[in-house]
Amino acid sequence: MAKLHVSTTINGEPMEFLCEPNDTMLDALRGPLGLTGSKEGCASGDCGACSILLDDRLVCSCLMLSAEAQGHEIRTIEGMADGEKLHPLQQKFLEMAALQCGICTSGMLVASDALLKKNPQPSEEEVRFWLAGNLCRCTGYDKIVRAVLETAQDMREARN
Amino acid sequence: MNVITNNKWIGQRTIRPDGVDKVTGRAAFAADTTMPGMIWGKILRSPHPHARIKSIDTSKALALPGVKAVVTARDIVDFPVDKSVMLGIQDMRWMCRNVMAREKALFPGHPVAAVAATTEAIAAKACELIEVDYEVLPWAIEIDDALKADAPILHEFNKFEGKPSNIAGKLEVKKGDIAQGFKEAEVVIERTFTTRPVHQGYIEPHACLISVAADNKTTIWSSSQGQFMVRAMTSYLTGIPQSDIRAIPAEIGGGFGGKTIVYLEPLATLLAKKSGRPVKMVMTREEVMRATGPTSGSKSTVKIGAKKDGTIVAAQGTFYLQAGALPGSPIRGAVGCSFSPYDIPNVLSVGYDVLSNRSKVAAYRAPGAPIGAFAVECVMDELASALKMDPLELRLKNAARQGTKAAHGPVFPRIGYVETLEAAKAHPHYAAPLGKLQGRGVASGFWFNAGGESSAQVNITEDGNVVVTTGHPDIGGSRAAIANVCAELLGIDYRQVSVLIGDTATVGFSNLTGGSRVLFASAMVVTQSTEKVITTLRERAAKIWEIDPEAVKWENGAAHPASPNAGQFEPLTLAELAAKAPQMGGPIGAGVQLNTEGAEGGFGTHICDVEVDVELGIVRVIRYTAVQDVGRAVHPGYVEGQMQGGVAQGIGWALNEEYIYNKDGKVDNPGFLDYRMPVCSDLPMIDTVMVEVPNPKHPQGVKGVGEVPLVPVMAAVANAVHHALGKRFYSLPMSPPKVLAALEAEG
Repeated sequence: MAKLHVSTTINGEPMEFLCEPNDTMLDALRGPLGLTGSKEGCASGDCGACSILLDDRLVCSCLMLSAEAQGHEIRTIEGMADGEKLHPLQQKFLEMAALQCGICTSGMLVASDALLKKNPQPSEEEVRFWLAGNLCRCTGYDKIVRAVLETAQDMREARN
Repeated sequence: MNVITNNKWIGQRTIRPDGVDKVTGRAAFAADTTMPGMIWGKILRSPHPHARIKSIDTSKALALPGVKAVVTARDIVDFPVDKSVMLGIQDMRWMCRNVMAREKALFPGHPVAAVAATTEAIAAKACELIEVDYEVLPWAIEIDDALKADAPILHEFNKFEGKPSNIAGKLEVKKGDIAQGFKEAEVVIERTFTTRPVHQGYIEPHACLISVAADNKTTIWSSSQGQFMVRAMTSYLTGIPQSDIRAIPAEIGGGFGGKTIVYLEPLATLLAKKSGRPVKMVMTREEVMRATGPTSGSKSTVKIGAKKDGTIVAAQGTFYLQAGALPGSPIRGAVGCSFSPYDIPNVLSVGYDVLSNRSKVAAYRAPGAPIGAFAVECVMDELASALKMDPLELRLKNAARQGTKAAHGPVFPRIGYVETLEAAKAHPHYAAPLGKLQGRGVASGFWFNAGGESSAQVNITEDGNVVVTTGHPDIGGSRAAIANVCAELLGIDYRQVSVLIGDTATVGFSNLTGGSRVLFASAMVVTQSTEKVITTLRERAAKIWEIDPEAVKWENGAAHPASPNAGQFEPLTLAELAAKAPQMGGPIGAGVQLNTEGAEGGFGTHICDVEVDVELGIVRVIRYTAVQDVGRAVHPGYVEGQMQGGVAQGIGWALNEEYIYNKDGKVDNPGFLDYRMPVCSDLPMIDTVMVEVPNPKHPQGVKGVGEVPLVPVMAAVANAVHHALGKRFYSLPMSPPKVLAALEAEG
């Protein structure tokens, strides 16, 4: 069966790729698109290491068919920093040691970014439930939750 | 030794050298690498828990277009069962049978054959075309079933007390006279506990990419806890000499002990050799759950006797640990660590290594110790109740101190266990009020820690910066700590120090990242290498100034003339000396390779508060404080991170994680949805108290910190549940169905 041709926008840039009908978006990102920042931990939507934004909505790219990207906008961890300038969440994760091995970090950051876009002033409980779809086995989540809360506060102060 | 408080970088929360790569998605983990001409490997796995392999026909698979190679056990170097060949703590007899079933398939998921093909889909299809003729045999999964008189025997060659048995080993430690000890006891508590096997739960599945040239020169990219272990095991199992194998450590996405052995690398190497193409293999999560790790399930009986004043006079433990299908459960950790927090005159601790038709266990954070501590620390809690003593007071009264002879052998040097108990007692958490259906538990734990072989190279770049290369995969921030150590010694900004993990061709032999040994050992070799570099720098300055090297001191990143020449010359900075290197004797750098010694054991004491939802049977941890003697926190952020991560894993072990087997002897929950590890909303903040009692045998006072924080957790949670409900659980996990059943049984 011939491959499907998909035109989409990834991290603000128009992109095209070929895929099998049953390829996931994660397959396309990590394969033909060469964006390996999104990770595969489970391929069943349980770990969140492949989190991306689809038209600003947080999704697991392992649960989305790559053909569904046609005509949509996708953002991945590779598009989070503004050139050389890290996103405040990325900077805060570094400063607060909110990562150990780093395999969940891409997904955590993408999910946290989605949260702060939707809710700039989340409570600890809101952060914990929002990130409940992103598994981390190293940190016990403590430093991740604190980093998200502190970034939210910094970003609010920067706006005011 | 007192803690040095005026360090510039040691003790600082610096930015890790590999940090930017990891927050931007640039870091290359094992599955992120590709090569031109690369093909894909897949494994055919046994569907049976126990079956003799009568024949394997791979002809149909080989005939499928796109298939480039097939391997079976015949291609793997055989290690006959009657002759042990050890590599570290691993026996190659068992490793060769674990990576590929040989005479028998021993658990569902046991590899039987492997295929390489141009696409993953073709490789998977080819696996289905391999015809295996199995003679299905009776099987045993649980300890009790494996120990029955008529139990199916996994290995006919394995004898215990002269008879074929599923007991593969016994370990005993003894101190004093146990019978006499219990005679002197006025209060004796004896209980039996069970724990379930739990998986290390790293988020990154095993993966590798391997290229083998026609002359056998082999390059391995894989994620592991030791590139040298990968090289050695692959060499043993393929017959390719170690000198022809270059193992490059990818970034590792979690290991916790589970990546201290190989699964894929020998198979991918043989497929690459046969096909002449680079072969990539990546496990699915289901393969990880069925065929790697976990740690042992266990059955333990612990008996402790004390005088009425709380003095413990005797302690006995019997620990049955599951090995899985091949020998090697961590009985040493259970037997050796369980009673080590206490000064007890009479101890008998015995462990049995029990075979059953499960995947072979792999190391998991303080292997064996959490299993033993769960039993011992729960009995300590019951003993405190029986004696009407505060549980921390009971521990303080019997605490191991400097000079205590531990049951497992050593006499403790200056240790910080008492300090952890005192810090826990003084912590506001311990006195905080509790609400309805809430309870508080405490528990302690010990881990040996470890030294061993490490190598490092410290080179000064031409522009006066530093590149440090060590041989240990960085699993939780060790590069950040090494940058702090090197910058401190050189008196330069830590950002001038680049820390890299070398591959097997570029750095000297370094043992595994495991056992809480990495910072202890690598800081030691990096310190000695840096000191050699400083000696060279002083000599260079002395040559330029034409004075004696002894009259040059190194301070704040520069050579200074010391008295009697003080003030006579302008200091020469690292950059200036680096620039003059070609004229003054050549490149500046030094390497050190050591078998490091002087690792001292670590202790922790934890406080846990739980609340029980009696409608749903859910136990929620609502507050947690982990206190630990960490020696010296070279990078406090990553020390706290180790403590918090260990606690989170322990809470999962205590409350939810378990393999569920179906009637066919297969795991029914091989995925993250049903194998329920703690998620963010399951946990509270995890407070940490780092007690610093420096290790006098280490230049920075380092003690290992990674293992200890898992050891006390299950008991701390169980003791808290008991406090909340007045009901004790002797069997893990304390999952909702069990809690509900226990509450209903009470009416």
